[in-house]
Amino acid sequence: MKPGVNRSEAFLIAKEPYYEPLGDEVLLFESAYRNRIPVLLKGPTGCGKTRFMEHMAWRLKRPLITVSCHDDLTASDLVGRYLITAGETVWVDGPLAQAVRNGSICYLDEVVEARKDTTVVIHPLADDRRILAIEKTGEVIHAPAEFALAMSYNPGYQSVLKDLKQSTRQRFVALEFGYPNSALEQRIVERESGVDPETAGKLVKFAAMTRNLKGSGLEEGASTRLLVHAAKLMVSGVSPVAACRGAVAQALSDDSEMLAAINELSASLF
Amino acid sequence: MRPGPWEPMSATEALSADAIEEWLDEELDAALSLRRSSRPAAEALAALTREQQDFARHWIGVIAKTNPEFAFRFASRAAEGLRRMGPEDAEAWIVQAMDVYDKMGLYPAVAALADVETFAAAREGRARSAALADVGPVLEIFLQGLAGRRLKIEAAEQAYTDTATIFLPARLDVLGNREDNVRLYKLTVVHLWAQTWFGTFSGHEPQRLTTRCAQFPDPAYACRLFHALETMRLDACLARELPGLHREIRAMRQPQAISTAWAAWRSRLESPEARVDDSYAAQQALYGEELPDPHPYQGILDAAAVASVLAQRVEQERLAFQGALQKLLQEKNREPAAQHAPTRFAKPDDDAGRQEPSLLLDGQPLALPPDVRTLAESIVQDLGEIPDEYLVPAGDGGYAPNQEKRPEDVWKGTYHEEGAYLYNEWDHRRKHYRKDWCVLRELDVHPSDSDFVAQTLQKYGGLAARLRKTFEALRGENAVQRRQNQGDDIDFDALIEGFADLRSGRELPTGLFLRGRRVARNIAVMFMVDMSGSTKGWINDAERESLVLLCEALEILGDRYAIYGFSGITRKRCEIYRIKTFAEPYNDEVKARLAGIKPQDYTRMGVAIRHLSRLLNDVQARTKLLITLSDGKPDDYDGYRGEYGIEDTRQALLEAKRDGVHAFCITIDTDARDYLPHMYGAANYVQIDDVRKLPLKITDIYRHLTG
Repeated sequence: MKPGVNRSEAFLIAKEPYYEPLGDEVLLFESAYRNRIPVLLKGPTGCGKTRFMEHMAWRLKRPLITVSCHDDLTASDLVGRYLITAGETVWVDGPLAQAVRNGSICYLDEVVEARKDTTVVIHPLADDRRILAIEKTGEVIHAPAEFALAMSYNPGYQSVLKDLKQSTRQRFVALEFGYPNSALEQRIVERESGVDPETAGKLVKFAAMTRNLKGSGLEEGASTRLLVHAAKLMVSGVSPVAACRGAVAQALSDDSEMLAAINELSASLF
Repeated sequence: MRPGPWEPMSATEALSADAIEEWLDEELDAALSLRRSSRPAAEALAALTREQQDFARHWIGVIAKTNPEFAFRFASRAAEGLRRMGPEDAEAWIVQAMDVYDKMGLYPAVAALADVETFAAAREGRARSAALADVGPVLEIFLQGLAGRRLKIEAAEQAYTDTATIFLPARLDVLGNREDNVRLYKLTVVHLWAQTWFGTFSGHEPQRLTTRCAQFPDPAYACRLFHALETMRLDACLARELPGLHREIRAMRQPQAISTAWAAWRSRLESPEARVDDSYAAQQALYGEELPDPHPYQGILDAAAVASVLAQRVEQERLAFQGALQKLLQEKNREPAAQHAPTRFAKPDDDAGRQEPSLLLDGQPLALPPDVRTLAESIVQDLGEIPDEYLVPAGDGGYAPNQEKRPEDVWKGTYHEEGAYLYNEWDHRRKHYRKDWCVLRELDVHPSDSDFVAQTLQKYGGLAARLRKTFEALRGENAVQRRQNQGDDIDFDALIEGFADLRSGRELPTGLFLRGRRVARNIAVMFMVDMSGSTKGWINDAERESLVLLCEALEILGDRYAIYGFSGITRKRCEIYRIKTFAEPYNDEVKARLAGIKPQDYTRMGVAIRHLSRLLNDVQARTKLLITLSDGKPDDYDGYRGEYGIEDTRQALLEAKRDGVHAFCITIDTDARDYLPHMYGAANYVQIDDVRKLPLKITDIYRHLTG
């Protein structure tokens, strides 16, 4: 693949990603999209934020470019940089610049993890200017109507450093995601893993038990994603208790007392 | 091991008394005399198997090396001990006696050997039984996971619940092995939880069980009858809700032989529609029938305890709930106590919905704050719903219960809280915070004008120079890295050279980019220094010297740091001594304060940790460290000691961890291993044996922690 080549087709989502709406988030996102307002997804890990983005990209028939932010992610990682080939320098768009050019949806996952200098490029894109200024080439890209910016953020991790600045957050329409109610969560687990309804129901109960423990030794209860993992293990023949131990308990904690208690909880259900 | 000279120990045939006597005479020569022969011991040992004899001979040999007299005493007792105990327990018996010998000398050790019987019985019981102290922590988490109001676990004679606490025997020795006894604990806990969750006791009528039983000629029997019936109903509930657990229950209980009259009622009680009313109906119908054997996990019913706790809680929660509603209204800037009831309660739609009670305010769904939600859940658990009369917010005068609950003695007396910080304290017995329990003030250390710092630097001159070197190597630099394979910008120097290479026919080198290296060290560290009275003398000196060396090192490193001392006496006078704040440079004033650190009163650690991690949290840093220098357990004058102090400290550390503060403890308490892993975690403390080594060690520890 040649650098800088438009490859947005690769990011188009052909098949409908399975998504169960929790409320009116689909409508809200669509309206925000039509009004060219960026969207902020808030919610605990594993509750379906990324899946929602895939679903929306499919609905809106736009390519989805996802950037998982980490603490070493700089503005150049988003915008682009020069590469050197034999004899010349070549500018290569970063994922954000690419998304702006192609009118894709750019999704910055866990945006608080990124370095602070990234806000410099996000801000002009996230208000009504909708421009991306590429400092190194002097280019200014005006985002087409199809472009959308979305980012996710987990407010649960209470840390001063991991907080989103007001100047950033107040540019976005915010959608809050939580864990789905038990009936819905059961359906999701069934659908995603192919497990029988009874087992799915027990898994959802188990998740509720671990969520009761939040704040007293557990940072976070079991997410829907963990339940799907456990269910998948069960479908491929792992015993329920072993599946819960591997996919849920060990994923939640390293504390031996906590692990013992969580394992007892799963054993009492299965 | 010293086999006899005449044959190897591995032979299988038991030795004769003569052979043993000969061996003993040689081994215990120093302890024997004309009047004292080894014959009786040899005869007793001759009755054992060869394996036991070899075991005894091995240990006699070992002990004889320490003290022949002690070995002789052991030889006389060995046969009895080995008859009573297996080799493992016997070894424990011997080892404990030897420990006593090491610590206290011969006679106490002989006494420790003598009581074989007690020791054997205790060993047997310990191996088989389960202790609440061991399983309690896991059971508590388990219980909290189940659902409903948070129940405490406490030790008592019998297993029962008063709907706020589950009481369990301190040790269970009912079943044949430890594993089963642990399981019995668990099943008992779940059964008692089921009583509170599946409506055995209703908040509408706290006295119901007492009154009902009193109507019968034999109230005690009536209560047991009701208990047996409720157990049937609850077991069926558990079978539906927790099938895995129910399998264990079935495995544990004996089949109950019951009459046909019972059988009919049982099927009614086991149906999903059965409620506590059915158990009362059955009690009426079956009165006089013989009771089935109780299940081992069902505990007892204490109607009086339930009635008083339940009645009290229902009343308290009604007041608290109405008070909370009023507060919610005020926050929403509405007129309190509007003529029409402004709130309507939306009933939960299903049984599981008991966990999610919701309220409407003027027709709009209301997001309940977590504490109000917990309260609402507890009310629903007792009453089945939030009764309409609860939905009337308290009037202005009505919002008193919280004030009443505050222990008055905090506020009375000459002490007042102006300018002080109030902190909650964790009460592990209640499993709740005591609100605004500790009154904390920040004070300045009185500076001392001695040249302590200079003296210390002179004393540790060589070390200080070495420290400077090692810490310089650690120092992070905010530099641009050149010739990187990838980076944010082009390294033109490298590129020009590279092009020259390329033109002359060589390959273009790879490292052509500049990369902004991120600031390697972004650390804020808070030192929390124990200034309790027990640090007086060496410890205080060592602490101060350590801090001087640390400051020197940290100045090189450029890490932001602050130093605070803590002490105090009672919860009303918790004191934090400012030695160096984050904003202050390391100047002469700080040095004078370092020199002026003096032992004060007690060690109330929880509140100090809460305050200092709050200060630490106001600092922007990637890594935040809270390092405690301490000489012992948390301890204060007003009951803040033992488990209470440790649990509060642990809780404070958990809070700190939640806020992203890494806690680490450096202690010189030799008993630290008993409690520090529980408080700080196994890897987060260092125990220093010799306080004089503290200054040498501390910079090393810091380097490891942050390097």
